[in-house]
Amino acid sequence: MLVDTTRCIGCRACVRACDQRNHLDQAQGPTTVWDGPAERLAYNQWTVVNLEDRADSSGPLPVKQQCLHCLDPACVSVCPVGAMHRLPSGAVVYRAERCIGCRYCMFACPFGIPRFQWDSGLTPVIGKCQFCAQHALFTGPACAAACPTGALKFGARDALLVEARARVRARPARYVDHIYGEQEAGGTSWLYVAGRPFERLGLTQGVPSTALPAYTKTAMGLVPWVVTILAVVLSLLSYLPVYSDLGREEKT
Amino acid sequence: MLEGFFVMVFIGVLAWVLGRRSRLRLRMRVELLALLLATVVAGAYVVVRRFEAGLGAVTNLSDTFPWGIWIAFDLLCGVALAAGGFVLAAAVHVFHLRRFEPILRPAVLSSFLSYLLVAAALVLDLGRPYRFWHPLIMWQPHSVLFETTLCITFYSLVLAVEFSPALLEKLRWRGVAAAVKHITLPVVMTGVILSTLHQSSFGSIFLIIPQKLHALWYTPALPIFFLISSVCAGMAAIIVESHLCAACLGEHLPWKLMVDLGRACSRVLWVYLFMRVVDLTWRGVWIEIAARPWLGGSLALELVGGALVPALGFALIARDCRRKGLVLCALLVVGGVVLNRLNVCWFGLMPATGLIYWPSWMEWVLTLSLLLLGVMAFVAAARFLPVFPKEELPLEAPNPERIVL
Repeated sequence: MLVDTTRCIGCRACVRACDQRNHLDQAQGPTTVWDGPAERLAYNQWTVVNLEDRADSSGPLPVKQQCLHCLDPACVSVCPVGAMHRLPSGAVVYRAERCIGCRYCMFACPFGIPRFQWDSGLTPVIGKCQFCAQHALFTGPACAAACPTGALKFGARDALLVEARARVRARPARYVDHIYGEQEAGGTSWLYVAGRPFERLGLTQGVPSTALPAYTKTAMGLVPWVVTILAVVLSLLSYLPVYSDLGREEKT
Repeated sequence: MLEGFFVMVFIGVLAWVLGRRSRLRLRMRVELLALLLATVVAGAYVVVRRFEAGLGAVTNLSDTFPWGIWIAFDLLCGVALAAGGFVLAAAVHVFHLRRFEPILRPAVLSSFLSYLLVAAALVLDLGRPYRFWHPLIMWQPHSVLFETTLCITFYSLVLAVEFSPALLEKLRWRGVAAAVKHITLPVVMTGVILSTLHQSSFGSIFLIIPQKLHALWYTPALPIFFLISSVCAGMAAIIVESHLCAACLGEHLPWKLMVDLGRACSRVLWVYLFMRVVDLTWRGVWIEIAARPWLGGSLALELVGGALVPALGFALIARDCRRKGLVLCALLVVGGVVLNRLNVCWFGLMPATGLIYWPSWMEWVLTLSLLLLGVMAFVAAARFLPVFPKEELPLEAPNPERIVL
């Protein structure tokens, strides 16, 4: 998915389409009130559009937020039960029937996207954008279909990346020279291009460009070695009375 | 304020009720016992509320701060302080340091109870506790949490086996006891391997958040630091617990062993301290201490107060075996490791998340209740099972008024 923030007019049609397609209850609703408090993601609000960069002289800019669907997602790597799962298509989906509610995905997500149902005593779920991939008849995400201006464009990541580069190169005055999501967290399936620096658009900054699971991989890779080496060393030590104080007492 | 009040009540109550030489009248003790029970009842209320209205109703957790003290303290500190079980078991059974045998059983018992409480806290913190077994069948070998869950589950079983001789002796099941004795060595080794894995993996949990955890604590060496510090914490906790057993239960464990433990703890502390300093220097983050005085202070407290001072102290005390100093040093080590876990899982996240989390009174109450339950279970087990070595029992007749629980 390619998000061209310069084409977004902030109609929130995508938010409405998302809520309808995914049967998210409208408690929070997409409103038409723009000067109210920023709308926030929730377990039942998978995408929001808020006005960012209000201090700028050319006026605020609507920016859509949702899960970015990392190529190598931290949430998938940390989930102990495989509730977070990356489909071959690239969609990172949540499978509630496996979830134990440990919230490690929320803790690990570099973009702070997954939300928890804090008010449910026994059956809380995690909520985040599913890329509409959970629907049997997948015809593309609802938000992209609803967008009237082409600010959202659905397609294969490679093709979209080429297009994003072309757009940025063709009109350097209109775009800043950065594609958000190309490198962030090792690359994400959602790509953003924008006319203003990204740090002013409410998109998380300081995300490493390495895929985050790589940070844990070394430690986890050592596990079998630790087991083997310890088993051997401990067995040897238990037979070689190096430290033994058995001499002082009678052997049992 | 409320939480401060609870902490004070807890410490006060423990000291008074369990104090062996406390001159309190029986009625006063009964009242204090009632207060203890009231805390546990309040904890039970929190549990009920948690299942009725959700985690949001009882905790101050939020989407930006999804893990609170039930993870940072109950889980991380609980596991670290319970490391004494595997350290001593390895010393006695693998290294054949038989002189430590008298203190092995109390150490294994307290470790076992700690793990049960850790499991309780973890399960209550899960959104869907009734699915706690999911990781055991839905294998995700790349997940650190999967590995730790597996290790904790099996290590609890190992601890149960290691402690079972006490129960078997009581029941006089000699055949089973002999069988258990036969498998002790492999079981202990398994326990050491499982402990090494999960004690270090609790550090690995935080490797995935390089952009969130402050540079003073985020290092690829986190798993190693967690493992080494847990060994220190485990030994220090044994010293503190032995002191409490002597002071409150009248169970005097051989003090010479505590001095030995202190000396060993001191050596490990030096290694730990050296590695921490090398790590901080190598990554060049000392400057961050000045940039964020609060975090810097917390780090300094952890390293100087929780490692340097006791490391020196243990070495000095080992010469003349002063009891108070030894216990004080052990307390410092325990405090230092607790602070370290809180820094990694709580305070160190604040620069990234903002000052948004402080535990609610219900989170404190549940934490306290679990602690109290652990103490009560320990006292009960110590009374009814042969936990302490017989020859070390006090010679005078037990005074029924002395024992409250």
